[in-house]
Amino acid sequence: MSGEYTPGRFGAFGGRYVPEALVPALEELDEARQKAAVDPDFLAELDRLHRTYSGRPSIITEVPRFAGHAGGARIFLKREDLNHTGSHKINNVLAQALLTKRMGKTRVIAETGAGQHGVATATAAALMGLECRIYMGKVDTERQALNVARMRMLGAEVVPVEHGSATLKDAINEALRDWVTNVGTTHYLIGTVTGPHPFPEMVRDFHRIIGVEARAQVLQEAGRLPDAVIACVGGGSNAMGIFHRFIDDEGVRLIGIEAGGEGIESGRHAARFASADPGVLHGAMSYLMQDADGQTVESHSISAGLDYPSVGPEHSFLRDSGRAEYRYATDGAVMEAFELLCRTEGIIPALESAHALAGAIEVGRELGPQALLLVCLSGRGDKDMHTAAAWFGLVEDGKK
Amino acid sequence: MSTLHLSTGVGGVLARCRAEGRAALIGYLPVGYPSVEGSIEAMVAMVEAGVDIVEVGVPYSDPVMDGPLIQAAAAAALEAGTRVDDVFTATAAVREAGAPPIPMTYWNVVLRRGVERFAADLAAAGGAGLITPDLIPDEAGDWVAASDAHGLDRVFLVAPVSTDERLAVVTAACRGFVYAASTMGVTGVRSAVGGGAAELFARTRAATDLPVCVGLGVSTREQAAEVASYADGVIVGSALVRCLAEARELSEGLDALRSLTAELAAGVRQRHPNT
Repeated sequence: MSGEYTPGRFGAFGGRYVPEALVPALEELDEARQKAAVDPDFLAELDRLHRTYSGRPSIITEVPRFAGHAGGARIFLKREDLNHTGSHKINNVLAQALLTKRMGKTRVIAETGAGQHGVATATAAALMGLECRIYMGKVDTERQALNVARMRMLGAEVVPVEHGSATLKDAINEALRDWVTNVGTTHYLIGTVTGPHPFPEMVRDFHRIIGVEARAQVLQEAGRLPDAVIACVGGGSNAMGIFHRFIDDEGVRLIGIEAGGEGIESGRHAARFASADPGVLHGAMSYLMQDADGQTVESHSISAGLDYPSVGPEHSFLRDSGRAEYRYATDGAVMEAFELLCRTEGIIPALESAHALAGAIEVGRELGPQALLLVCLSGRGDKDMHTAAAWFGLVEDGKK
Repeated sequence: MSTLHLSTGVGGVLARCRAEGRAALIGYLPVGYPSVEGSIEAMVAMVEAGVDIVEVGVPYSDPVMDGPLIQAAAAAALEAGTRVDDVFTATAAVREAGAPPIPMTYWNVVLRRGVERFAADLAAAGGAGLITPDLIPDEAGDWVAASDAHGLDRVFLVAPVSTDERLAVVTAACRGFVYAASTMGVTGVRSAVGGGAAELFARTRAATDLPVCVGLGVSTREQAAEVASYADGVIVGSALVRCLAEARELSEGLDALRSLTAELAAGVRQRHPNT
């Protein structure tokens, strides 16, 4: 954890690997967010939106019937699924949309995988009168068709990206091309803790409220800090948001759960830490699924939001420094955890968040009934009903 | 493979062009498109038809600075199994044909091989240096050291939005020439070269004594002549790739490529009437 602080770097990770054409916009953004961070007007406006628009603070819910299947540990869920638009994504989006207006820009673009970030961005754009275009992989527009309709309903233009693997990574490529072309009027509202500096740090800071609230709530409900904080990690924004306030609490384990897909040996997964080496994608140095020549390898996950071959650079730093640990959950384990939370607690989680639940079952069984776990329930599962219906055979033409 | 000379960079060719009172013509083609052998034939054909420097395109899975045409060519090259080793083969072939080859590569390809090893392999193949569209000097410490050790040119890009401070930083890190990306956006043929091109050139010229070459969007003799009226070099990419993309077979593509190259070569020797 030692070493001098370099702006934009988390140890060896992060940085700014971008075309020179984006450097002025990144510097403008960095300046704007640093000013905003100490500007009482900005902070008051963001606080007002949290309280009166997205519904913060989100609650924590203890889930004893679920925990009975997880070694009997006490488990609390941080309910980001109850935010307006249905996930944690709104925290970052509202803040960046405010920054967009402060920078005098009139248009936002964003990438989206599961559609949660796209919906949140379209929502904030509608609220603040910004023009909005969302890039989404063609494959994802098909498996998340409902979210495409939501974004369009909110007035956003949704552009299906057909080349490459037609998933999140390719949507980011296309958004970057748009940004390079229209950087004078447009802010690229990146939805996770990846990308060039200052995005990883800034997006983390806008989600840090998750951990700040949850830490106080667990102390109040349970009288002590949790033994472990568990979150799913695609790009890793909900995880950084809930982890960050706990980093100095040495006794609290931070556990990120990646998408194990069909298993590591199948090659069809998004478990970067289980298989990959550092490399550069989309502006940041981090762990990256790549071949011997440095070409990006396609990832796979049943959840579109975790289907990304790289990971936020601060996670790479936390992993290599040993402060956080990373595991993975396979599609099968995830669907079991998904079903279990539905049946035992009456909460339908997003498939992304179900990875964290699968991790909690594993960790709870390891630690036993004395353990206290805090799990980030990053989003709700309405968007995933199509996938769940097919998996569990819930509708006439569904298949197991 | 050619022997390593003391100076293998692009500086000599650019100085010669300047002495001839004209701009240099720099042509881009991606390795592996339509095949490795076909791309090498095409690069050699360009040299024979009048290209002064060859920008050897390294196909990459996530080319964020490239428009649809070059994206598609890179994807096809990778699909067909093109490897980084093929880039060195193409580099050596271009050097053999008599023009300095300067690969253009996204940075992760270099990182993956190891910056020092990539530089050594490039120098051994007769490469002049590298053009790095997603590497800014701020992140280029390892590359500066390796390129110094192997006598390789370092070409970074400047853009219309670059401030004078950034122009100073970027041009100070360059060796060989400075790549002025004249239009905000990705590669591709444009009906008009951005009006900001001459202004960017002038601001870059004020920041450095290095040759300044202008690219993004040039496709015709007239555009080449227009840019050549002020720039030290004219960079053409998508229009050349299109010759191969639109051909039914390689020989047809090579004919179109030779013909366009000759037109562009005439353009860079022409004094534009508006200047």
